Amino acid sequence: MRELSLHILDIAENGITAGGDCIHILVEEARATDLLTIKITDNGQGMPAEKIKKLTDPFVTSRTTRRVGLGLSLLTAAAERCDGRLTVKTEPGAGTEVEATFRYSHIDRAPLGNMAATITTLIMGNPLIDFVYTHIIDGEEFTLDTRELKTEMGDLSLTNPAVIFHLTTSIRNSLGKLIAKNGQ
Amino acid sequence: MAKLSLEDLKKIKEQTAKSTCLRDGDANVKITVHMGTCGIAAGARAVMNALMEEMAAADRQDIRVVASGCIGRCSSEPNVTVEILDGEPIVYQHMDDNRMRQVFKRHALLGEVQTDFALAKM
Repeated sequence: MRELSLHILDIAENGITAGGDCIHILVEEARATDLLTIKITDNGQGMPAEKIKKLTDPFVTSRTTRRVGLGLSLLTAAAERCDGRLTVKTEPGAGTEVEATFRYSHIDRAPLGNMAATITTLIMGNPLIDFVYTHIIDGEEFTLDTRELKTEMGDLSLTNPAVIFHLTTSIRNSLGKLIAKNGQ
Repeated sequence: MAKLSLEDLKKIKEQTAKSTCLRDGDANVKITVHMGTCGIAAGARAVMNALMEEMAAADRQDIRVVASGCIGRCSSEPNVTVEILDGEPIVYQHMDDNRMRQVFKRHALLGEVQTDFALAKM
């Protein structure tokens, strides 16, 4: 995948397939410690312990349409080639937390890419699922919580094209401000 | 801590409230963008974003967009399925933003199946 935001989209979709109805996405860019952390947490069905060991084996998958599963394998490879690692915490019935770390300045680290497109794609394609997106750049934080937005919007759906358009620009601008604040 | 501007959202709500309540019927068209790992790696997100723009331009409330997983035809990703009420679902293959715009305008809006891009009838 060319952008880390595409991995985020992929892993978040996994969480939805696992039956989660609220997905937390955390992106933390800490340039002082040269660390990029991506954490995706779902409240889906979780996985039994013996499966965790085999998670990054591409020939282990819970899908039925084909026999290979590449999502976590690709993310592990992306993290490990940047001196990072992938950690998965899960328990049957207790959801799954996937955390990937990267050395921020590593030459092989793919750009984070278009996070606004990833988040709005998730919202647009999964109207019944809630998303909590937190993005921290050097301690400055931005949060988007679709549960709050839905309360605010009342009967107007978040998938309304005008709302989606507003969300896209608003995420892009907010992230732009976070970066500008930190003098980049 | 930065938050999303709720003020702007309220404005949008006021603007769109009138138009949506008139057309809050059932969906007549369902567009599924297949977003497995294979689809995403092949460009499904760009397809979805093009679709969102077209949706905004068309202003049709009876079209529903959903994301789903892989359908097992990874080599022909990005795949998009368009299903018009009482019609056969058509799976399109090798989609990109321009093909998505064409399929949306011709098939979803006008009902003309774009056979050049089609993979199969379901």
